[in-house]
Amino acid sequence: MLIKLTGGTVYDPAHGINGKVMDIYARDGRIVDRPRDGERIDQEYNLAGKVVMAGAIDMHTHIGGGKVNIARTLLPEDHRGDPVPHSDLCRAGCGHAVPSTLTTGYRYAEMGYTAGFEPAVLPMNARQAHLEMGDTPIIDKGGYAMLGSDDMLLRMMAANKDQNAINDYVAWTIHASQAMGIKVVNAGGISAFKFNQRMLDLDEKNAYYQVTPREVLQRLSRAVHELGVPHPLHVHGNNLGVPGNVETTLNTIAGIDGYPLHLTHIQFHSYGTEGDRKFSSGAARIAEAINKNKHISADVGQILFGQTVTASGDNMSQFRNAGHATPNKWVCMDIECDAGCGVVPFKYKDQNFVNALQWAIGLEIFLLVDDPWRIFLTTDHPNGAPFTSYPHLIKLLMDKTFRNEMLSRISPDAQAMSTLASIDREYSLYEIAIMTRAGAAKLVGLHDRGHLGQGAAADITVYTDNADREKMFAKPDYVFKDGHLVVKDGSVVKVTWGATHVVKPEFDRSIEKEIAKYYDTYHTVKMDHVKVTDQHIADDGRGHVQVQACEGRREKLV
Amino acid sequence: MDSVTCPFCGLLCDDLAVARDAAGSLNVAKNGCQKSITFFGRAPQAPSARVGGKPVDLKEAVAKAAEIIGNARHPLIAGLGTEVQGMRAVMSLADKAGAALDHMNSNGFMRNIQVVQNSGWQICTLTEVRNRVDLLVIVGTDIVSLFPRFFEREVWNGVSMFDQDTSTREIVYLGGRDIDTSAGIAPDGRKPDVLPCDLEQTPAVLAALRALVSGKKLHATEVGGIAVAELEKLAQRLLAAKYSVIAWAAGTLNFPHAELTVQNITEMVKTLNKTTRSSGLPLGGIEGDMNANQVSAWISGYPVRTSYARTYPEHDPYHFSTDQLLASGEADAMLWVSSFNPDRTPPKTDLPTVVFGHAHMKLDHEPEVFIPVGTPGADHKGIMFRSDNVVSLPLDQLRASALPTLGQVLNAIEQAL
Repeated sequence: MLIKLTGGTVYDPAHGINGKVMDIYARDGRIVDRPRDGERIDQEYNLAGKVVMAGAIDMHTHIGGGKVNIARTLLPEDHRGDPVPHSDLCRAGCGHAVPSTLTTGYRYAEMGYTAGFEPAVLPMNARQAHLEMGDTPIIDKGGYAMLGSDDMLLRMMAANKDQNAINDYVAWTIHASQAMGIKVVNAGGISAFKFNQRMLDLDEKNAYYQVTPREVLQRLSRAVHELGVPHPLHVHGNNLGVPGNVETTLNTIAGIDGYPLHLTHIQFHSYGTEGDRKFSSGAARIAEAINKNKHISADVGQILFGQTVTASGDNMSQFRNAGHATPNKWVCMDIECDAGCGVVPFKYKDQNFVNALQWAIGLEIFLLVDDPWRIFLTTDHPNGAPFTSYPHLIKLLMDKTFRNEMLSRISPDAQAMSTLASIDREYSLYEIAIMTRAGAAKLVGLHDRGHLGQGAAADITVYTDNADREKMFAKPDYVFKDGHLVVKDGSVVKVTWGATHVVKPEFDRSIEKEIAKYYDTYHTVKMDHVKVTDQHIADDGRGHVQVQACEGRREKLV
Repeated sequence: MDSVTCPFCGLLCDDLAVARDAAGSLNVAKNGCQKSITFFGRAPQAPSARVGGKPVDLKEAVAKAAEIIGNARHPLIAGLGTEVQGMRAVMSLADKAGAALDHMNSNGFMRNIQVVQNSGWQICTLTEVRNRVDLLVIVGTDIVSLFPRFFEREVWNGVSMFDQDTSTREIVYLGGRDIDTSAGIAPDGRKPDVLPCDLEQTPAVLAALRALVSGKKLHATEVGGIAVAELEKLAQRLLAAKYSVIAWAAGTLNFPHAELTVQNITEMVKTLNKTTRSSGLPLGGIEGDMNANQVSAWISGYPVRTSYARTYPEHDPYHFSTDQLLASGEADAMLWVSSFNPDRTPPKTDLPTVVFGHAHMKLDHEPEVFIPVGTPGADHKGIMFRSDNVVSLPLDQLRASALPTLGQVLNAIEQAL
């Protein structure tokens, strides 16, 4: 099967292609340079005047696993507001803040996204995360396994185990959880909360283990680097949401031995304490630090106004913030000597000073970070806003007039505390393609996604150029997934089931003796039963595992 | 076979040794309990499917089942005693057929769901209990008649991660009458504290305890037959504990509006966490109730008691209960699933009924269609969620079986619609 996309205006930053009119060919789901001599073209799409990009990749979105399903269970009223009937092609479900899995897949695809990565896969809950992602159609998926408050790692650190042992344990976890990388959430803090500590700064010790968050970050970032895992350690910092946490974040950027770090939903970690209300923007300092430190990347975790729900592994912070729950109900859990979770519904209001300034801080970070290869477009779905608000967010970045009009409507006190009005930058289509495609694929370690070169998967999105960028990005003309036309004019026309991307770093399997003993002594399940097999992912005959190479890792800061 | 997982209660113990003879009979050789011995001990059978009480081949039974579902305007798929893959097939069929979904344990489970939907809660999982609990308060149940190895595995486990001598753990049974508290006796013979009351008095007792934990003074001197001074002592112990756990089994709290009692427990736990650490421990996971609610939540957006009648899922904990749908006449056919337990037979109804049952199931009223299905964890593989709704475990196939899985049968029915 050979398809030809003719004459579109192509944005493919992985190959430096910036708005060039060209043809693209895809044979049996993969992009090829040109047809063989005499090869018949089975389908041709005339894309004259259309914008062509690789399928978009959401590198941080909560789409599967226990806390997501708790969020669904917690908010029936939100689901009642957005019922999704079944059609001839698509199954029924519901949408808004935490959509059902099927609706999640359809809506991502209808927005031109072809992959999404669940950033908080608890090893003890990894099977559920993969089951939910397995019921998420069309898009590819994958996840980052959560470590850093698990008792196994903290015990190893307290015993001062050598780095090789830590590396083996980290690699084992990636295999067992079928993950693309490692995430750390409030390093050591989730464990500390179980010992009744309520805050844990970078150099504060866990009351039981006497281990600090900085040491956890050092150990894990080094492990990820030495294992050759392409995705740098994915860091949800300490002190989320606390005024003044900009200092912790800057300290994290500077003080983890120079190993590559990805700082996630950095907006929530960029708060100062200036002004009458002791809450101010740290965006300029954060952006400056990212600009200077080439081993650091970040996604924003933009908030947008309206009802949503926050779902996090960081139950220490979520418990602290539970008083803000709207509606007033929340779930916190201590989980399996492994991690925790906290689910707190939020309604961000544009006239609320703090919420309005959070909105401005996120946008300031987007606009002040120079390098679009190291800053990523997320709302930390659903924590800042549901992923369905991405087209609106893209418009805010690409259209200064629109942005300033929105700014003029928020809390006047927040406007006064923000430099946003003075920032002229508008993102280009090329930069958006970097952030949401080429850069995201490189960051996650997807070697055959996010670009349109020979051998890449034919995950392709086609838009009609429209000065209203929200309209343009909300409704692509065509979306191809692995060469299949899955969306036409913004609606699903074919349902496929994407791959689950994983890495399989090499390690010394003799570590299993120690891990098995740990599970037998302290846990309520056997080590072997923690492992998610390929079969658990592929069992229903729809999904499959795609192993990405452990190569192309980022450079350590010398 | 070692490291076998038993799906017959919510603990999902995965350390059983099970022997198999040439005929496929299974015998628990190690780490058994009364429940697992019963579960695995049921002799392998592969009875024929039946239509109108007459043996037929599977194909004919599937065709008849499809006819019944196809003719129904609002079928009810109830029981739902199955594992994750079976439940996925249930969801797909329900969407296509416009069916309502309910689980056989929902009368209990919904008490918890309503609390989550109304105020949320703060809870933990079994391994946290095993390593952290210093004061365990058990409300209205002995735990062990539902979860036989609970104390062995989570309380008197000997070694714990944080240097705690587990034999010093304190156990309090609160509420209920004539509860067997022997499992709560410490290895050194120390007896648990028991504060009994009639089950119907539990709401008053829990409300009083919550008030005391919140620092309120009570004028009453006794509540439900328990001296307020005793409750005050318990409140102080909860406030002083480093990691208390308050356990209940929602199905046992069988009195009107028991969800409000569950809520008094969970809101009290939230209060305790202002100064110390405490977790609720809702015990369940029997007959696959967690599987049903988890899979329903991710596929439909809601737990069970959800209907696809209007082409999109709607959730109503009252209107879409099995009892209510049968009594009101809003359901016009019933499908009943019980693949773990032959004793959980469908409720009596005049509606056309299709039963997907354990091979040993004996029915007082012969349904229109009976299709025997394999038992997950014995006859075929599966995935099962534990009591804590977080940990899932793979179930193994332990013997060859001629019985189809529930998923295979439901997929065939869906194809035939």
